[in-house]
Amino acid sequence: MHGQGFFFQAFVYLGAAVVAVPIAKRLGLGSVLGYLLAGMAIGPFGLGLIGAEGKDVMHFAEFGVVMMLFLIGLELRPSLLWRMRGPIVGLGGLQLGVTAALLTALSMAAGYTWNTALAIGMILALSSTAIVLQTLAEKGLVNSDGGQSAFSVLLFQDIAVIPMLAILPLLALGPEAGSQLGEQADHSSSWVDGLPAWGQTLAVLGAVAGIFVGGRYLMRPVFRFIARTRQSEIFTAAALLLVIGIALLMAQVGLSPALGTFLAGVVLADSEYRHELEADVAPFKALLLGVFFIAVGASVDFGLILSDPARVVALVGALIVIKFAVLVALGRFYGMSFDQNLLFAFSLAQGGEFAFVLFSFAAQQGVIDSETTQTLVAAVAVSMAATPVLMLLNDKLLQPRFGTREQREREPDAMEESKPVIIAGFGRVGGIVGRLLRANGIGTTVLEFDSDHVDLLRNLGLEVYYGDASRLDLLRSAGADKAEVILVAIDDHARALSLIETIQKHFPHLTILARARGRVEAYELLEAGVPHVYRETFETSLQMGVAALRALGVRAHHAHRAAQKFRRHDEVSLRELAALRHDRGQYLSAAREHIRFLEETMQQDLTRPDDFKDLGWDAESLRREADSG
Amino acid sequence: MGGRRRVLVLFAHPALETSRVNRVLIRGLEGIDGVTVHDLYEEYPDFDIDVATEQQLLLEHDVIVLHHPFYWYSTPALIKQWEDLVLTHGWAYGSGGDALHGKWMMSAITTGGGKSAYQPGGHNRFTVSQLLRPIEQTARLCGMDYLSPFVVYGTLDMHAEAIRAHAVSYRRRIETVRDGALDPLSSHQQLGPESAVDDVMKG
Repeated sequence: MHGQGFFFQAFVYLGAAVVAVPIAKRLGLGSVLGYLLAGMAIGPFGLGLIGAEGKDVMHFAEFGVVMMLFLIGLELRPSLLWRMRGPIVGLGGLQLGVTAALLTALSMAAGYTWNTALAIGMILALSSTAIVLQTLAEKGLVNSDGGQSAFSVLLFQDIAVIPMLAILPLLALGPEAGSQLGEQADHSSSWVDGLPAWGQTLAVLGAVAGIFVGGRYLMRPVFRFIARTRQSEIFTAAALLLVIGIALLMAQVGLSPALGTFLAGVVLADSEYRHELEADVAPFKALLLGVFFIAVGASVDFGLILSDPARVVALVGALIVIKFAVLVALGRFYGMSFDQNLLFAFSLAQGGEFAFVLFSFAAQQGVIDSETTQTLVAAVAVSMAATPVLMLLNDKLLQPRFGTREQREREPDAMEESKPVIIAGFGRVGGIVGRLLRANGIGTTVLEFDSDHVDLLRNLGLEVYYGDASRLDLLRSAGADKAEVILVAIDDHARALSLIETIQKHFPHLTILARARGRVEAYELLEAGVPHVYRETFETSLQMGVAALRALGVRAHHAHRAAQKFRRHDEVSLRELAALRHDRGQYLSAAREHIRFLEETMQQDLTRPDDFKDLGWDAESLRREADSG
Repeated sequence: MGGRRRVLVLFAHPALETSRVNRVLIRGLEGIDGVTVHDLYEEYPDFDIDVATEQQLLLEHDVIVLHHPFYWYSTPALIKQWEDLVLTHGWAYGSGGDALHGKWMMSAITTGGGKSAYQPGGHNRFTVSQLLRPIEQTARLCGMDYLSPFVVYGTLDMHAEAIRAHAVSYRRRIETVRDGALDPLSSHQQLGPESAVDDVMKG
């Protein structure tokens, strides 16, 4: 019974997403808007496929936000975060302070008492981390000036939620004033409740320190141990375990789980498992966030809105206008360019998902009456749904007209620095290529499947990541979208071929350079449509041939030219024979195959004797002509 | 005078990334119909010239332009290698060597020194035309007509505006050659595009 209900719900959510998101993307609306519309469609005011349980789903799916912050942390090295401390505290603090003050004043003007007004002001000053970051990421704007500023503000807001949870009960004027955070679902059975204030503080500091120390010294050997089993699902399990564990720990000490996983991400950003973790967690995050957005869409209370549409519209309008105005002013104050300022302001001008939690908490505490919270929650939901639309307007109407369109690649402080070359397999071949590139100042991202090898290379100071390069998600998080060249030099030939297929399908812009161990592999790579194939023994063999010629007294330059000509001849013959390969039926054994190659190539060497001569330097025909003349 | 001529620009610069003038000149030729730019140092970094391919290219064009900086009163080494290996006896010259007969050849070069240095009595004692005699004679031995060279003098202290002006006149010169408007026999007279170059030089 219960199980069936779950499957039905899952079917409804997934079905809505699968139908709505591709359509929304196709129409250029972005996935967030697609999810929100899907939610409205299946919600109580649409088809009615989901009802009140939508709220529970939303709480569950909020975990997607936690995962998202973990992923953001992974992209953000500690040094970079430290450099962003100015904007986080300054810009974030000012945004929250000024917006909250204005909204409080407005609420008081609307007739609320100061304490209720203050609660409303603080809660509405928050923006939606989920919608903003997802939309920015989809548009590729996370690393722009405006995107980074928006991120700083969101990070500050995430931190500010914690003191807000503490302040709200104090604002209650009723008899239950002073009742603590305990009633919040996440905090219901926290270990620290019974502790005195200093004990709670100590627990918080201890948890944060635990994340730092554990992330730095404990997690890497653990991941290495797991990686050695080469069971990728266990690695995924470990990644999820880590995120969920930290979320639980944070909830226990009364901190925001999102903040805790974010810190864990930052700590692990320097580790070799960064890309693998990213690839493992990302699909869960994306699905949960999608469900979360659907739930937000479903929670938009159209009944309430339709009962007094003017009021809700006015509320949403006022909320967006005030937040937008404050953001524009701050952007100017911080010297943002006009187009980045617009991006920054449009992206953050909505209420956030924390508002749902905080409003219900405030209602429980008797700070705000429940009718007001219902209206405000509706307004926040509408404003969230409006965000992708506003950003679309900004993108399509305002930016082309007024924007100066800064170069997106320009910022060196980007959250992820993209490297032009990806090296899959850092062994005998990949290692030498990587060193040559590094010596010439070219950034490389290295993917290596042997975790012991990864360890050694990192100790040498190389940027090497653990992971199976043939996985699409890992390639993506290693920056395949922005890279220009990928070097395929992994030992497992079958895996190399599947990697190549993945690249050709999903990253056709990448130039593939593939290593082959011998002629058979070279044929297969050529057949797979890779034009740049390098046989690892070929150059060495040629050099040995040159050395043999010289040992026999052939002059150096002649021997050198002989090798050059042989190389060119052989490259041509390789391609010709690759095309003929299947014409003559299957051969039984690798040894016979090998003999056949030898036979074929040697015969071909004889068909074009001129291939091996420098006629221009050969005076023979001139001499003959002089003799006869 | 027939239709359009197909022009092959054999371009040779061993360190194009450090060049100021040649980079602009060669970029100026992008997208001209009927003109093939063949960057030799890009094609043959190891001097391993593919003779068959190069000969085929020559057969497919009517005008051969040797475009390069003027190194030691001559070409960069790769063009010499190209001449040695591609212009083979019995194909380009000698008995039966008539593959290039009737085609035109032209030099397009840049020099560090100013025009006054390339005078009898000047720093380099000879004019550029005199110094290019070996190439002119190479063309003649292969049965080709040799056009007067396109020369950009004084590249060492040239400012960006002048470089751009030279690129424009180079492009115009190549188009003129392509359209067959240049008569090789009278090409010793200074023609429009080159005098434009001289004007820029004075300015």
